[in-house]
Amino acid sequence: MSALHIKLLRDLVRLWPQALAIAFVLAAGAATLILGIGAYQSLSETRAAYYERNRFADVFADLTRAPKIIEDEIARIPGVASAETRIAKIALLDLPAVAEPASAMFVSIPDLHEQKLDLLYMRSGRLPLPGDENEVVVSEPFAKANHFTIGSTFEAILNGRKRTLRVTGTALSPEFIYSLGPYGLIPDDRRYGIVWMREKALAAAYDLTGAFSSVTLKLTRGASEAAAIERLDGILARYGGLGAHGRRDQTSHAFLDAELQQLKAMSRILPPVFLLVAAFLVNMTLSRLILLEREQIGLLKALGYSGLAVGWHYLEFALAIAVVGIAIGIGAGTWLGFGMTKLYAEFYHFPFLVFRTDPAIYVIAGGVTLAAAAAGAVRAVRDVVALPPAVAMSPPAPAVYRRLLPEAFYAFLAIPQSLVMVTRHLMRWPVRTVSSILGIALAVSVLVGSLWAFGSTEFMIDVTYNRAERQNATISFVRERSMPAYYDALSLPGVLTAEPYRSVPVRIYHGPIERRIAISGKPASADLSRVLGADLMPVRMPETGIALSDALAKILKAKVGDMVEVEILERDRRRATLPVTGIIEGYLGLNAYMNLPALNRLMREGAVISGVNLLYDTGRQDELFKRLKATPVANFIALQRTTLTNFRDTLQQNLLIMITVYVSLGMIIAFGVVYNFARISLSEQGRELASLRVLGFHKSEVSAILLSELAVLTIAAQPLGWAIGHLFAWAMVQGFNSELYRVPLVVERSVYAWASVIVLGSALISGLIVRRRIDRLDLIEVLKTRE
Amino acid sequence: MSQTVFRTRDLTKVYVTGAIEVHALRGVDFEAAAGEFVVLLGPSGSGKSTFLNIIGGLDRATSGEAWFTDHELSRFSDRELTLYRRDHVGFVFQFYNLVPSLTARENVALVTEIARDPMRPEEALAIVGLKERMDHFPAQLSGGEQQRVAIARAIAKRPQVLLCDEPTGALDSRTGVLVLEALTQVNEQLGATTLIITHNVAIQDIAHRVVHFGNGRIVSSNLVAERKPASSISW
Repeated sequence: MSALHIKLLRDLVRLWPQALAIAFVLAAGAATLILGIGAYQSLSETRAAYYERNRFADVFADLTRAPKIIEDEIARIPGVASAETRIAKIALLDLPAVAEPASAMFVSIPDLHEQKLDLLYMRSGRLPLPGDENEVVVSEPFAKANHFTIGSTFEAILNGRKRTLRVTGTALSPEFIYSLGPYGLIPDDRRYGIVWMREKALAAAYDLTGAFSSVTLKLTRGASEAAAIERLDGILARYGGLGAHGRRDQTSHAFLDAELQQLKAMSRILPPVFLLVAAFLVNMTLSRLILLEREQIGLLKALGYSGLAVGWHYLEFALAIAVVGIAIGIGAGTWLGFGMTKLYAEFYHFPFLVFRTDPAIYVIAGGVTLAAAAAGAVRAVRDVVALPPAVAMSPPAPAVYRRLLPEAFYAFLAIPQSLVMVTRHLMRWPVRTVSSILGIALAVSVLVGSLWAFGSTEFMIDVTYNRAERQNATISFVRERSMPAYYDALSLPGVLTAEPYRSVPVRIYHGPIERRIAISGKPASADLSRVLGADLMPVRMPETGIALSDALAKILKAKVGDMVEVEILERDRRRATLPVTGIIEGYLGLNAYMNLPALNRLMREGAVISGVNLLYDTGRQDELFKRLKATPVANFIALQRTTLTNFRDTLQQNLLIMITVYVSLGMIIAFGVVYNFARISLSEQGRELASLRVLGFHKSEVSAILLSELAVLTIAAQPLGWAIGHLFAWAMVQGFNSELYRVPLVVERSVYAWASVIVLGSALISGLIVRRRIDRLDLIEVLKTRE
Repeated sequence: MSQTVFRTRDLTKVYVTGAIEVHALRGVDFEAAAGEFVVLLGPSGSGKSTFLNIIGGLDRATSGEAWFTDHELSRFSDRELTLYRRDHVGFVFQFYNLVPSLTARENVALVTEIARDPMRPEEALAIVGLKERMDHFPAQLSGGEQQRVAIARAIAKRPQVLLCDEPTGALDSRTGVLVLEALTQVNEQLGATTLIITHNVAIQDIAHRVVHFGNGRIVSSNLVAERKPASSISW
């Protein structure tokens, strides 16, 4: 090992706390990069592998009823690799252990041949025997949530008739990775599951023998999805086709996409923050080290080392720190990435997990980390290269201070000299001071930029469930019913008030843009399920025309007064042109609303409803649930309050993990910046501070000087941190928003407060660590030596 | 004889670094009266700085006694030593030890702000002849001027003792004389007991008494028969 390398090692050992603090910030950058990209890639690959192995379909279509004979015609559509027809129906369940009414999606599996698409991944047991009317396979999460084992039985109302079904196995399916029931926010495995039955049995139950109600297609590579959808819609139009759609509109797939998009958004914001802060820390520390080692630099050059060799020596110092940071970052990133992917896999019930350790991620993470360290070092190293040996060996010119305000000002305010020292020292190195403030501000911003999400979610919940959807249950009928069904609902036990609604699937067009949505028809005077205006206050449904949710209006680029075209995906599949008469605020999904009678007129039907929103007396809910469980008219009953409780529970679990991660990250930055600043400041002013001790200043008075410097930086950084954090939050909102939901940007004051408390706390800890060094200043040494 | 300000009995100091013991002081008996101007001479490593540090409250003796008036310094806690330095001792060092971010006046104010009965900073600077340059930063002052600021800072609290370690060590003869003039003037005006460490034999002529250190002990202590004004010496 060369002498310079030995010096390098000793320097690192001597400056280990500072070097380690920088290494941690670099590590956080590398780790968040590996974590974000790693988890994203792993999940994408896992999903892709699952889709591939279990032949997840590309096109999906539901219809009323079509004869099996047309399956051939469908299979002959150009670009279709295989087509599978089946029966898919939502039905009410009566589960022994669940008080609330539950539902399941019943899906048929062929009797005689293997499934061609969306293959089941059997987790236990076996498939139902062909021809058996009561045997079913249930989705594994649903089975687990209800403690079903092989042989367990439960009751279901299939097409108005109660049946007892027996579990023969549990399975997973690529089609229902995220199994969300209607009106769901997150999966509720206790109250919603997937049930697979043999086709013959399910067909018999729904009078669909020799017919099907759902078809899925696998397309050949490179085939046009749009063309296939158009052809399929053409074929199914005669049979009550509800409009075919691709994976984009497939619930499970779309939710996974949104989640992946969020992961991607996060992995783009955090790593650059850490790498920026680390670069600045490297610069700060290295500049000071070089200043202290001027004479050694001069000596090395005088001995015949080239400027480049000496410069490289100091660059190596930065790179060595980066290597330590990369090692920690790779370890932490891989471990956290694996943990996070596993967490996701469990949440989504993937049957297996492809944790991708793409070497490229590590190369990229290592590369950018080294680059950040090198970028931080470059200026300091350039100074080393440029320093002539003769100049280097003489002590640096004394720091020149300037007075910024006239003497009278200081005298007038009676500012203590110790405070004057603080301000002048900070002003003397404005770049360092400003970048330190920026560094601490970034710590604050990382916290603001992550902790805001929880308050925003609460806000979204409040708007959605307390202002708009105020019902505590929504009954959705098996098929449209006339108004008396509404009065029946009103007379259910415990029901305080009820409102009818109608839901009609349509394709909506504005210019070249189209989306597949459902129009909700609501009474003009709706008071339970309300629509909100831009100010989040309830507005009256316009008597005519269509009101679009803000998100849908943006996608369609439609505004009030524009005409939009809707293609009704039911009945006669008419197209109609409607004026946009309102824009509705809302965060979940893409929605369109119409006045209920107007919607019925559009459908050329009388007073017809798809379901009823209820407000019931929770004191009588047992009675109500008992009745609902056995009602033959409904196939799904949403319980908004239960959904909310589930959602909050899941949120709480994630909350703890997320807060731990982000708080740690914020603290690493805050600690790294404040500690390095304090050490450098102490190294510069140690002599002065020791002199003050000699002059009779107490330890506390002397450390107060350095600590006030840190306090000034830290406090000045707060508002800036809040502002940058708000910006991060805004950027994340842009990354998070999808067609499934939008996140409102609401940063509560408590978020700013907590971010500041955490950063101030870490600053205080690093300040106190440095304070111990001030207490141990050698008073005699300082008098003997010239700086 | 006026009141005794410093009195030490058998003062020893041993520095232990690893297995090596360095005996810096090997039993020093010393007394200084109020207002006395004492020059401490001796080669490097003879123990004079260690002695000054102990009676200045910067360091602790290994054994023996060190009294300031009727206080035993070795019984003081760290906090009491700090208060002792704050209230009673003025220090002047070879390398001035001024705070570079403060002007001359502010450097003096640094001390007057915490002292019990200080003079105004301007007054202290006037005594050392620096009233005109009191708004300059240390970097804008010559070495002699910086040292005079240090003296002003040391005397502004009206200390009972003024301890100077090589105050002219970094200065040329002409500037050094100006500093010595300031010190003798302060000694006379304020009556502060003044101890000056120096290598410079020429300085002994301005003292009341000259104490020679050698090998951790006081080798000799002689009264100066004919005291000269600082302006009359040179080296």
